[in-house]
Amino acid sequence: MNCMKNVPGKNCGHHVAIYTLSTCGWCKKLKRLLKALDIEYEYVDVDLLPKSEKEKIMKEAGKHNPRESFPTLVVDHGKEVIVGFKKDRIREVLL
Amino acid sequence: MSTTDILTRMETDAAENGYYLCPDKELLDDLIDGLSTNEERYGYGSCPCRVAVGSKTYDGDIICPCEYRDADVDEFGMCFCALFVSKEMMDDPSRMSSIPERRPPEVQKAAMEYDGAMEESKIPMHQLKDDIISVKDRKNSIPVWRCEVCGYLCAREYPPPICPICKAKAERFQQFSFG
Repeated sequence: MNCMKNVPGKNCGHHVAIYTLSTCGWCKKLKRLLKALDIEYEYVDVDLLPKSEKEKIMKEAGKHNPRESFPTLVVDHGKEVIVGFKKDRIREVLL
Repeated sequence: MSTTDILTRMETDAAENGYYLCPDKELLDDLIDGLSTNEERYGYGSCPCRVAVGSKTYDGDIICPCEYRDADVDEFGMCFCALFVSKEMMDDPSRMSSIPERRPPEVQKAAMEYDGAMEESKIPMHQLKDDIISVKDRKNSIPVWRCEVCGYLCAREYPPPICPICKAKAERFQQFSFG
């Protein structure tokens, strides 16, 4: 998806995409953790998108997480999905 | 409204209801900033951790403190954002972690459809309003609790930690039935 923004990192064994809100505290925690672990990821702050794109992205996020809640972390295009900020699970899956 | 004003308002609300504000200072600051951004953006402090559509009708249930806070603090010791936590969570913040979303998916779906409709005028507004009202009608089954000290009534799954009016403790609440 072209509205995804890339954050470079040294650890790029997996493709990591996160759906976030710019205002959300747990989403910020997730971004900080990925940064601290030096994991490359792409993200989209859904609340900052124009309406038409927002609907599209919400549907896309909904395929991975039917509750459409934030943050949602998608590993390797759906092989693994982590809903919410789950520190231990993230380390387990990505490191 | 400034972040200091929002923080004060939330502190007051927490104290009145027997809750505490997020013990994780960084998270607390982020949440207050998020609330402030949403107030500017939408004209009301919609939940910073949920997607809003900018209509008070559809975002009403997620204006902070949201309709799901009490049930979430009862069950998980914290609200969805962790802005409000229980005494137990305050004493042991290491237990804090993301909790599942309680907002019914059909309520969010109605809001998102409204958002889409505003863009394309697909669905008549009154029809959407009926949808959301029928979704919310299900709340009739929630028990009502009465404070035996001052008579305060509230509808929620369990009695509140303290009476927001007279500060009586949870054990002074009795389940109340009409008629």
